[in-house]
Amino acid sequence: MSDLSYVRTELLPEQDPPLSEVGVIGWLRANLFSGWFNSILTFVSLVLIYLLLAAILPWLWSPTWNAGSLAECREIIAELGKEHGGACYGVIRERWPQLLFGFYPDAERWRPIVTLIGLFVALAPVLFTDLFPRKMLWFSGAFLFAAPWLMWGGSIWTPVLVAAGLVIGAGAYRLLVPRVGNLAAVIAAVVAPLLWWFLFVGPVSSVLAPVIPLGLEVVESRLFGGFMLSVWIGVVSIAISLVLGVLLALGRQSDLLIVKYLSVGFIEFIRGVPLITLLFVASTLLNIFLPPGTNFDIILRVMIMATLFASAYIAEVIRGGLAALPRGQYEAADALGLDYWKAQRLIILPQALKISIPGIVSTFIGLFKDTTLVSIIGLLDPIGLTGSIRADANWNGIVWELYGFIALLFFLSCFAMSRYSMWLERKLRTDHK
Amino acid sequence: MSTLELESVDTSKLEVLDEIAIEISQMNKWFGTFHVLRDINLTVNQGERIVICGPSGSGKSTLIRCINRLEEHQAGSIIVDGTELSSDLKNVDKVRSEVGMVFQHFNLFPHLTILENCTLAPIWVRKVPKKEALERAMHFLEKVKIPEQANKYPGQLSGGQQQRVAIARSLCMMPRIMLFDEPTSALDPEMIKEVLDTMIELAEEGMTMLVVTHEMGFAQAVANRVIFMADGQIVEQNEPKEFFNNPQSERTQQFLSQIIGH
Repeated sequence: MSDLSYVRTELLPEQDPPLSEVGVIGWLRANLFSGWFNSILTFVSLVLIYLLLAAILPWLWSPTWNAGSLAECREIIAELGKEHGGACYGVIRERWPQLLFGFYPDAERWRPIVTLIGLFVALAPVLFTDLFPRKMLWFSGAFLFAAPWLMWGGSIWTPVLVAAGLVIGAGAYRLLVPRVGNLAAVIAAVVAPLLWWFLFVGPVSSVLAPVIPLGLEVVESRLFGGFMLSVWIGVVSIAISLVLGVLLALGRQSDLLIVKYLSVGFIEFIRGVPLITLLFVASTLLNIFLPPGTNFDIILRVMIMATLFASAYIAEVIRGGLAALPRGQYEAADALGLDYWKAQRLIILPQALKISIPGIVSTFIGLFKDTTLVSIIGLLDPIGLTGSIRADANWNGIVWELYGFIALLFFLSCFAMSRYSMWLERKLRTDHK
Repeated sequence: MSTLELESVDTSKLEVLDEIAIEISQMNKWFGTFHVLRDINLTVNQGERIVICGPSGSGKSTLIRCINRLEEHQAGSIIVDGTELSSDLKNVDKVRSEVGMVFQHFNLFPHLTILENCTLAPIWVRKVPKKEALERAMHFLEKVKIPEQANKYPGQLSGGQQQRVAIARSLCMMPRIMLFDEPTSALDPEMIKEVLDTMIELAEEGMTMLVVTHEMGFAQAVANRVIFMADGQIVEQNEPKEFFNNPQSERTQQFLSQIIGH
């Protein structure tokens, strides 16, 4: 036998790790005190955090909820003898209905509330597919048409007739597919509902409205405001831009040359223009270009611009997801005989969208916060309302409390979106690495 | 040469029918200006088991990828089971649903379970009722000996298991012809055997198979014909015994000495 020869005769048993590596002590050592320099940093950080909280918390803790003006707040704070001053919460108590609803008529405020509750119910089966029955998706579909009606009011026939447009589109497709082929049928299925919406819904609705006069009181767009307006614009734009973004991303990858370059042109143009420019176009320029007398709702115009803006970004995010898929996935789908749309729907998009979740949600969060830009074109979102609140003699001089409250509302919404996306990523993870 | 001890093959079961499965005549293909396949003529009968070998870049993968039109040929004709491959998408879909393909990198769908991988195409392409598709999937998963993995995801399986799932997935479409594009090249040596054994069983059942592989043990065990390709052309084809013992062309001799010589 040579010196290199070695044979193990018994296998070593498994042993517990040393005590300094596990439990609280192990965690502290690994994360906070791993060496003298890190220990000093930990200590300095703790002191800084203490100083920060010592300054902020007393200011936050301020019993000014019932104050009717900034002067009253100051009295209360002076009585308590707080040296750093304190927050004045009276403004939020007095103005929060306005911050939430804008000038939406008091008697009708149940409608946005019902819409919001409906939104949660409609989103539940979409966002949490495992927890809610699929049948609830019917409600989600109906909600798409019921929500605008609840918010703006008017005859019930308008949403019903708008929904009928989809039936017309589907009918046109079914009818034409066997006769003129797939592409022509798809085009017809898009054009027919558009014609219906623009040419027939108005007249037919005004004919039906007197026959069965069912409807809600009309609430004009200029009365919309507050956080409700942000959510309303945000949710609609997010929902539509996701669909549009997917189509644009597929269009950009398409073999059909014209579809491809139309998509590229659209995406590049929209991405190359600031959102505020598009909003100005919506608020002023469109009026110049549209025929005189057209009353194209301002919120609708803003929604369209915000949707187009977000969809260009979403398209690029999803394109990234599509590019990340190995070619083999396309080939396997082809080899199994799946056609383009089936392959996209069953194989490609589920994976591409999964990869794109962080980017998509970032874009959505960005879009939601960007809805505050509508204050610049005169819509009364929370930021737009601050101007008039601060101009009130009672609250002249208030800054932190108002903006802080608005920031809190936005933060809660965005944080919820962010958490949801992380949950979804975890749920969809199948690689188990 | 491969030293794997493969399952012994009952050669009496291996029979070639008179019916023509694939007919390729004067087929040419270019990638841009590169002439990748040159004047390919090949007739495959039902039940044939053909191994295609050759140096890398010789066009062997491209050849079998032309048979289900993952690649398009530019001249000549390919007729699969009586259907000519042309720009007519209906023909392409028909051929694809009758020809199964197994890839080097498995190409399982990672977001679906093993069972869903196997039932997807039957349900969506063949319109098989869901219950029947499930039964069929379980049948073929048992055949490739991994029914217990049915509810796992591809990422949780070993390479050999994934490749066997890929074979089962193709079989669920009830194909008349199976194409294998280097099915064992991406596998660890320990896993090659389990995949080859599965393929041998398939051959014994009379499946028409075209296999691009370097596993010469497999070629000797089951192939009824070995095709050697180089530079985009079929250089030599023969029965395995003749091919390995008495190669005619110089290119073939050179190739065989390189893969067997060590």
